[in-house]
Amino acid sequence: MSAVSHAEMMRDNTIDDPTQRAPLLTDDSSFGDVTQAVAGVAEAKPPIGWLLGFGVAACGALMLVSCIGWLIWMGVGVWGNMTPVAWAWDITNFVFWVGIGHAGTLISAVLFLMRQKWRMSINRFAEAMTIFAVICAAIFPGIHVGRAWLAYWLFPIPNQMQMWPQFRSPLLWDVFAVGTYATTSIVFWYFGMIPDLATLRDRAKSKVAKIGYAIFALGWTGSARHWHRYERAYLLLAGLATPLVLSVHSVVSFDFAVAQLPGWHTTIFPPYFVAGAIFSGFAMVNTLAIPARAIFKLEHLITMRHLENMNKVILATGMMVGYAYAMEFFTAWYSGNPQEVFAFTNRAFGPYWWAYWTMVSCNVISPQFFWFKKLRTSIPVMFVLCIFVNIGMWFERFVITVTSLHRDALPSSWAYYQPTHIDIMMLIGSFGLFFTLFFLFLKFLPIIAIAEMKTVMPQAHAHGDHHGGPATAAHAHTAGSH
Amino acid sequence: MAHHKTPETSSGEQKVFSYLAEYSTPHALVEACKAVRDAGYKKWDAYSPFPVHGIDPAMGIRPTILPWLVLGAGLTGMLLGLVMQVALNGFEYPWIISGKPLMSIPAFVPVAFETTILLSALTAFGGCLVLNKLPDLYNPLFKKKRFAKATDDKFFISIESDDKLFDEHKTKTLLERTHPTVVEAVEDDRHVNAALPKGIIYGLLIATFVSFVPMARIALARYSKSPDAPLNLVTNMDYQEKYKTQQSTAFFSDHRTMRPPIPGTVSQDDLALDDHLSRGVRAGTNDEFVADFPPQFQVSAAAMHRGKERFEIYCAPCHGQAGYGDGMVARRAEELSEGTWVPPTSLHDAPLADKPVGYFYNVISNGVRNMPGYASQIPEMDRWAIALYIRALQRSDAGSVEDVPSNQRGALK
Repeated sequence: MSAVSHAEMMRDNTIDDPTQRAPLLTDDSSFGDVTQAVAGVAEAKPPIGWLLGFGVAACGALMLVSCIGWLIWMGVGVWGNMTPVAWAWDITNFVFWVGIGHAGTLISAVLFLMRQKWRMSINRFAEAMTIFAVICAAIFPGIHVGRAWLAYWLFPIPNQMQMWPQFRSPLLWDVFAVGTYATTSIVFWYFGMIPDLATLRDRAKSKVAKIGYAIFALGWTGSARHWHRYERAYLLLAGLATPLVLSVHSVVSFDFAVAQLPGWHTTIFPPYFVAGAIFSGFAMVNTLAIPARAIFKLEHLITMRHLENMNKVILATGMMVGYAYAMEFFTAWYSGNPQEVFAFTNRAFGPYWWAYWTMVSCNVISPQFFWFKKLRTSIPVMFVLCIFVNIGMWFERFVITVTSLHRDALPSSWAYYQPTHIDIMMLIGSFGLFFTLFFLFLKFLPIIAIAEMKTVMPQAHAHGDHHGGPATAAHAHTAGSH
Repeated sequence: MAHHKTPETSSGEQKVFSYLAEYSTPHALVEACKAVRDAGYKKWDAYSPFPVHGIDPAMGIRPTILPWLVLGAGLTGMLLGLVMQVALNGFEYPWIISGKPLMSIPAFVPVAFETTILLSALTAFGGCLVLNKLPDLYNPLFKKKRFAKATDDKFFISIESDDKLFDEHKTKTLLERTHPTVVEAVEDDRHVNAALPKGIIYGLLIATFVSFVPMARIALARYSKSPDAPLNLVTNMDYQEKYKTQQSTAFFSDHRTMRPPIPGTVSQDDLALDDHLSRGVRAGTNDEFVADFPPQFQVSAAAMHRGKERFEIYCAPCHGQAGYGDGMVARRAEELSEGTWVPPTSLHDAPLADKPVGYFYNVISNGVRNMPGYASQIPEMDRWAIALYIRALQRSDAGSVEDVPSNQRGALK
């Protein structure tokens, strides 16, 4: 028995009715309407919000570039890093940004393999976010090596010193993991975009736009023979990206877990880091999607149900992260190791108690509001909570990195780390770079997977005999889960 | 557009690339595909803005070999990753890390995993493009305004004139029977001479060869030896802003960077109150060498063995194992006729044979003529032990058969 009418579902697609599938688009768009809605964003003159946002972000990016230049000129002493806190905001920012990236791959690959079709309106977004986050992430370890122009020593390149990297170090695993992740993410993103770039090419009015899009569309025609291989390759890429995304943050966690330092040396780190990465990444997708869908009028494509689903993921991963926090303390106590016990007691009640409790309030307490449907479907509430989650996840990495280091084995070297102006400007600047790239993406590229979107529309199902109004179309869609 | 035409096509008869039929729903496209497939055409294709479900069987498309290529690439990537690490850390540049074996396979798993994924992903991407013959620089279908809708909301079938069964009339009729919205011919303009001008081709060729020159220079530099210091772009490690001991500085009035010790400074090791023990002279004098060992030094067989061992390390290279001044260094200097060489004195000849033991101690400590002092290398007690052994050597040289214990005299023969 269908308790909810289709019309009601279209109005509010967060209604849960087990007898029918919730619509993924909340209006009866035609194929052409979807093309127009998405391609129109790239073709129209940018709205004032875009210009303002881009301007501010570009200033931030410029600030980052200046700070990097200053750091390379002066040396890493411009940061607050010192002995014993040799890893501070640089590594915090690195892990934070890599973690943000993970939701993109999760949405585009893992949800694809699980046939979660609701991913389709947000996956392009999320993949773009992944790439820009990985770019921000890769900067920090690259410059924290001190002599940044020698960072190529990280790669196994034949050299006149006849030296080779040390492959038993997790820091080198990181180079390979993050390098592979960046490459695969870019390939996956670009590959998914080729048909949509062809759409933009075919609609472009100006010669420059046409040539630009044509180069990157590679002469795509939409041939069925091409689609056949394309879909197979996409499935393969998704299948490859799934273990990859799990490996990347596991390897990042090895940077800490393989060390002997109390507070780092724990086996719980890989799953705990992966859960945290997904947690922060989904929060970031929401943070980006909420204003973007409002500015570009895409509410019928990125629907409330999408946002609600993401909030559910945030709630689930937030609970996992909270469990990991508790388990760390339990393990420290249960180990009976005084150093471990001290490291964790000091983490919560030592000089950095404020960072620890900021982290706990943002990451464990704030997602609990998502238990209530009213709150998880309220735009202002979810926007604020997602920003809290982002703040909390940055603090998590800060807490892990700095509180474990600032109490060294020798009490004479105990110290209190404080960031310098350059540290702060670089963190803000990395957001500037991230948003600059993101604004450019919003303006010039198809921000929603147009071709994929069309496959989940009711009209797309060729084998069905229904070609009627919306009511039967919805029916066809329900049946059409392949 | 006259120059676009090939000689054999006059303006009247346009060479046809294909017949293009347009459909407005995916359902109509799939039905039409079945008809074209059943008519036996091979060189034709369907075009749609998204992958239409069920079109593969309707067109008779066989599964692609791409997954097998990706599997091969993945296995290659894994193997390359493992071989790279084993070769570089196991053989080429062996490092011992935390006492792990040089080929610690478990530690090589993460990188091998990443190379597996990397090569697979690049192959999935590149393989798909290559199999699809992309990037495609030109396609006659793009000349049709209508075809721009193939990436928007329209569906097309194109049967190409290269197909064996292609016949302008029959093909057109077949397509018209599949309920298209439009059927039209696509003009073939692929025969236009699109070759680059000769100048550009030669220019590119020359540029390609010239680009090898720097690489060849680098290769040459890498495999040849040079007395020059390596080139560093950033030289702050080669030339560091710091003062070295022998440099001058304007900062101090004496222009020396190395500061002299404060007057009256005594290094801990320089505290030598006992003249007999530390200088080998009678207390309060400078050159009255003692004839006996200091009371702190125990003359024993153990001290003798110690002295012999030290002598053979520090003294024998010049003085020779038996002290005749014929060590390897001395003999080599003689062979080379080194003009500046002062031959070491034999310990068994006139001036030295009669010297008191304190004299030997003093010379070992401070050196004499060309011989450097060994005080910084040999501790006090060891210097006395060497002096003791020298005494033993001198005794053995001046000795007679009677000095040898009677039960060992037979071994002398």
